[in-house]
Amino acid sequence: MGSLLSVSELKKSYEVKKSIFSKNREVIRAVDSVSFDLQHGSTLGIVGESGSGKSTLARCILFLEKPDSGRVIFKDMDLMDIKKDVIRSLRKDMQIIFQDPYSSLNPRKKVFETLSEPLLFHHIVDRDYIRERLIEILMDVGLNEDFIDKYPHEMSGGQRQRIAIGRALTTNPSLIVADEPVSSLDVSIQAQIVNLFMDIKEKRGISMIFVSHDLNIVRFISDDIIVMYKGMVVEAGKKNEVFYNPLHPYTQMLIDSINGDFLKKEVDYKNELMEGCPYYSRCDFSKDRCKKEIPVLSGDKDHKVLCFKD
Amino acid sequence: MFIKIKKIKNIAHKRLAIFYGISIMHRVKIIKEFLKVDKITIKVSKLHTEISTDSGIIKAVDDVSFHIEKGKVFGLIGESGSGKTMTAMSILRLVPPPGRIVMGEIDFEGKNLLNLTKKEMESIRGNRIGMIFQEPMTALNPVIRIGEQIGETIAFHGNLSRSDVKKRVLELLRQVGFEDPEKRYIQYPHQLSGGQRQRILIAMAISCNPSLLIADEPTTALDVATESQILYLLKELILGYGMSMLFITHNLNIMRRFGDYIGIMYAGRLLEEAAVDDFFNEPLHPYSRGLMESIFAFKGHEKRLKAIPGFVPRLSDLPEGCKFNPRCMYAMPRCRKDEPEVKKIGNERWVRCYLYQN
Repeated sequence: MGSLLSVSELKKSYEVKKSIFSKNREVIRAVDSVSFDLQHGSTLGIVGESGSGKSTLARCILFLEKPDSGRVIFKDMDLMDIKKDVIRSLRKDMQIIFQDPYSSLNPRKKVFETLSEPLLFHHIVDRDYIRERLIEILMDVGLNEDFIDKYPHEMSGGQRQRIAIGRALTTNPSLIVADEPVSSLDVSIQAQIVNLFMDIKEKRGISMIFVSHDLNIVRFISDDIIVMYKGMVVEAGKKNEVFYNPLHPYTQMLIDSINGDFLKKEVDYKNELMEGCPYYSRCDFSKDRCKKEIPVLSGDKDHKVLCFKD
Repeated sequence: MFIKIKKIKNIAHKRLAIFYGISIMHRVKIIKEFLKVDKITIKVSKLHTEISTDSGIIKAVDDVSFHIEKGKVFGLIGESGSGKTMTAMSILRLVPPPGRIVMGEIDFEGKNLLNLTKKEMESIRGNRIGMIFQEPMTALNPVIRIGEQIGETIAFHGNLSRSDVKKRVLELLRQVGFEDPEKRYIQYPHQLSGGQRQRILIAMAISCNPSLLIADEPTTALDVATESQILYLLKELILGYGMSMLFITHNLNIMRRFGDYIGIMYAGRLLEEAAVDDFFNEPLHPYSRGLMESIFAFKGHEKRLKAIPGFVPRLSDLPEGCKFNPRCMYAMPRCRKDEPEVKKIGNERWVRCYLYQN
């Protein structure tokens, strides 16, 4: 099987004024030359700290945010070239689940309305059969018929997130992008939702992009992982390769910090280094060369890293 | 014995001289006092906090008892709405109305905090008990310079001159890991990153050398790396000052590395209390076991996580009997009727569950 989604050299940057009155604008490269392939039925985990550009990347893939340059090839179509209304009809094939189920559901709509909207918009199901279809979906996400007439405020966080997942499933998408879907949930509920994702993945063979800062969850759910830092992919590869043989100092630090000792070194957030390796100021192994040149993402198919260190 | 005490310069020697100059009865009393007072920083017993709402009274904190020894970290673990923040607020007597503390005793430095007047409480809050809150973005005043914000607490609680206050602030900034305190002193909160702001809050919390530090989810809003550094800093401070700490979090993983004792809270009550090592070796309560499994099973090769079924109950709508019974796989008929009492297991450990009662 070929790949469902292929992203190459994707770039997105924002201009930010340094202060309200200054004329100097600073360019923040939120996503910087990101490339990856997503196979049919597999799950890609995107890991990174806040501000690393992982959410921007997720939004760019779905064209909720227009990338500056690069290619997004979804089902052999280049999204950069085709028209807006074509993309809109493609939306039913790619869905997104947001982090916060409290703000991603309309508080004034009942579950019935929330779930039927995409079905009617994309003309998937006839109006007469909609209720039956919705009950099916609710069963799929572990809820039952009773929920169909509820408002969001009548449900707990976990149940709301199930509705959000159900809404994404209504259109039978082939790609689901989940942006931190469990981070706002209680610990005992997180595991339930992660299991639900696994069920969906197995039952429907949907490809998934799973964005999270929680390495444990990403390790559990993904087949491939990319690690982002300041908009760049610093390491990419098969799950076990990245976890048991991390090559980039940043990945090593992340993995150490979830099961090892506390870090002592201060994080330096200064953006001063415009050229050179993005991780230079925090790296323990930095050399002169890292200051001047940006390393290239290199390695074999199963494991790539952006670092000069051997 | 007849050395003139006034002439001794070394304080430790002076104390010894005084100590040996008094009667044996007195000495025994002092030793007893010393052991008692110095070992336990705070003792909370049978604390009940209720919130009265239109739909009835909600028991946000229900029969919570624990104590924290000097220099130790007590981790209060629970999900949202389990009453862990309410417990902290009750200790500080900051429970927002319609909530109120109904019953209980909070022994802190020989006083029952619940009997103090507002004035007396003010002199303890921020002075003897320091606090760090979750959101470093909102806990600081955006229009006041950092140095002034830290200095405010010190000026309020001590009689220092302005220049002494400044000196102390710079010293604090250095202690929490800033290499350029002079520069930070005149900066505003928006010029700092999340982790740096949290350091400022820590500096404020320790500014009066408190004997107890209450930290309510201090790292939840931070990145993995920053979180790790903040925890390192807190650990260093605790060791350095001999402070005790009440650490509130939902993250078991942090407690494994950070805490000394752990208390599991669910629906307003403590279900289990144990030393960290004991707890992670073998959690007793079914809820604790479920939590552990759902977090640490990630490492295994199973296809699914072991999740706790059901959902966290609302405090206004609690089940009868044991509050965990609808989600518990070991629930017996008895669990649905009566609430289990605390059962001591070993020396420093107890659990509230019928599985361990007989």
